[in-house]
Amino acid sequence: MVSTPNNAQSLNVGLFVTCLVDLFRPSIGFATVKLLEDNGCIVSVPENQTCCGQPAYNSGDQKNSIEIAKQVISAFKGFDYVVLPSGSCAAMISQHYPLLFKDDSQWEAPAKELATKTFELTTFLTDILKVETVEATFEQQATYHDSCSGLRELGIKNQPRKLLSSVKGLELKESKKAEECCGFGGSFSVKYPKISERIVRDKIEDAQKTETQTLIGGDLGCLMNMAGKLKRENAPMEVRHVAEVLAGMTDVPAIGEGEDK
Amino acid sequence: MKPTSANFYTNVDKALVDKTLQKALRKTAVGFPMLRAKAIDALPEFDTLRDDAVTLKNDVLDNLDYYLERFETKAIEQGGQVHWCSDTQEANETVLKICQAANAKTVTKGKSMIGEEMGVNEYLEEHGIEPIETDLGEYIIQLRNEPPSHIVGPAIHVPKEEVAEAFKEAHTELDAERSLEEPQELLEEARAILREKFINADVGITGANFLVAETGSSAIVTNEGNGDLTQILPRVHIVLASIEKVVPTLEDASTILRVLARSITGQDLSVYTTFSTGPRRDDDIDGPEEFHVILLDNGRSEMLGNEFRDMLRCIRCGSCLGHCPIYTTIGGHAYGWVYSGPMGKVLIPNLIGHEQSKHLPNACTMCGKCEEVCPLRIPIPTMNRVWRGKEHEAKYSSRASRIALGFWAFMAKRPKLYHLLAGFKYSILGKIGRKKGRFTSVPFASAWTEGRDLPSPQGRTFQQQWSDRGGKR
Repeated sequence: MVSTPNNAQSLNVGLFVTCLVDLFRPSIGFATVKLLEDNGCIVSVPENQTCCGQPAYNSGDQKNSIEIAKQVISAFKGFDYVVLPSGSCAAMISQHYPLLFKDDSQWEAPAKELATKTFELTTFLTDILKVETVEATFEQQATYHDSCSGLRELGIKNQPRKLLSSVKGLELKESKKAEECCGFGGSFSVKYPKISERIVRDKIEDAQKTETQTLIGGDLGCLMNMAGKLKRENAPMEVRHVAEVLAGMTDVPAIGEGEDK
Repeated sequence: MKPTSANFYTNVDKALVDKTLQKALRKTAVGFPMLRAKAIDALPEFDTLRDDAVTLKNDVLDNLDYYLERFETKAIEQGGQVHWCSDTQEANETVLKICQAANAKTVTKGKSMIGEEMGVNEYLEEHGIEPIETDLGEYIIQLRNEPPSHIVGPAIHVPKEEVAEAFKEAHTELDAERSLEEPQELLEEARAILREKFINADVGITGANFLVAETGSSAIVTNEGNGDLTQILPRVHIVLASIEKVVPTLEDASTILRVLARSITGQDLSVYTTFSTGPRRDDDIDGPEEFHVILLDNGRSEMLGNEFRDMLRCIRCGSCLGHCPIYTTIGGHAYGWVYSGPMGKVLIPNLIGHEQSKHLPNACTMCGKCEEVCPLRIPIPTMNRVWRGKEHEAKYSSRASRIALGFWAFMAKRPKLYHLLAGFKYSILGKIGRKKGRFTSVPFASAWTEGRDLPSPQGRTFQQQWSDRGGKR
């Protein structure tokens, strides 16, 4: 249960689940729904969504990026806000969609309109819904990883920390390299796996120096990368998405952890 | 040098197992960013200065022809000579002609990335003239016959033991048993050797951090003072500069100076900032008899008109290198040419051709740190993406990756089919994987599972579950 400063809110929010959450970790999606509904939003999940198009965009495939972006713009027409449990995908829509259509008189305006109403989850909670505290319990010490796109393109830094500081039992300890890239980079991780592996090795070493039990972050791609490396190294540190912690939905196994633990 | 950027994978493999290099890179990754952060903390107006520098360089690029001509006029007025060179071949030939006219046997050199770009050392050697690098780092890599691994610290990959080895091999006239364990001993030896070279050189070649249009001066910044001796002692001074190095006024030069050293070594200013204006005048106590400026284009006027124009704002501070997760993992040599790091990724394809350097713009996580720390706010990730677009259009990318991307995009544009197939596939994967929670090896994702596990899907997709519970659409 989350405290609401303003119970009169009944915003129509379209949830962009993101492809990774849809396929790998639906629990993040449901945690997002809970946080939004607890704060008075009416949540819809348009069926005509798959991915924001970032894999095509960052591979230089302009044509497919544009086609996928048009699909997203059409699917999310009419909502007050569009919310994503990912800084990277939110930045794709809010920062890069307008650039994709900057010479397109028909699509530029709708792209910009979607861009202005699209938010990453924690930012939406703190900056739009003015949520100060959540009512969740997580008896752990944890450290937070700032994913690059969210941090540098959207300025996400204090929003998740502010909300996490109200989670009962949770103590956050900063790592030295919280703002450094984990080496995921989408297709980079499989195009240049050896470089990626070396970067994530350094990253988890740094996270473990905090001597906390859990690594929390806001982007599943980065979290799967770091969890995958931690598990490969048989490290006890667990990895969770910030939405699950804020929603108090931490009963499911952490990322990369089995039911048979 | 002959580029090896096409062998990027091999270069990376080599770099990752090079323990000496890895140790040096760890230091670089911590050292330079810490120095920069400290300097910027001490200067609250740093971001305003950056904006000023950006405005200044944009104005220069908008009016480059005007400022270059003005520089030329002023330089000639001061008794200098200006040589416009469209490519490195022409620049090398011009340098050689000047050296030959001066009957030069040896040439001292200050640190110059344009010199590296031209391969001027090799060219002079081929024509019987001995070039001697006088920046300590450059001197070390010259002895080792290597390109720089960092644009500011060319020899940061060489530990002191290996410097000692290179010195013992090169300075055979000295006692073979001498001690070279301490950095101070290395420094003293290099100083003694170079001092003599300075005095005997016929021509001195330096780079230029700026060319000042209003005075016709060139300027260099160094921490060792070697640049001053290089340009003052020999009879002839040659400045190697690319065309975007011009700034309108001395005051503009100081705008750049204020962000330059702070961005890399954290110094307010480098130890020496030296301006050269024409040859020695009658009442000067020292200075060269001839002052030449090579103005090199080498693809830059083309960049002025294409998507990479912003890259011409680069002042070669090297800040992006030490902050880049890729550079600090693989080092400079892996990029396969004289530039490296984020700035190299954008610049190298422009200068040596895209097809052979296509890996460089791809080997980037798009983390954006380079743009964050760039004093000239150059949008490097955006330009990497432009290169990727050109690669996609030119079909330079591998067939396998094109097929994968094409299939993925086909599915992503058909949500109903996508959800149906994804629901089916991920339910099964979830069933197989969720007990253990992860896969340690996956046939179609071996690049991922080589070094890390792949977390298992939980089972039914979000979309399936949302439909099951009749969620609002």
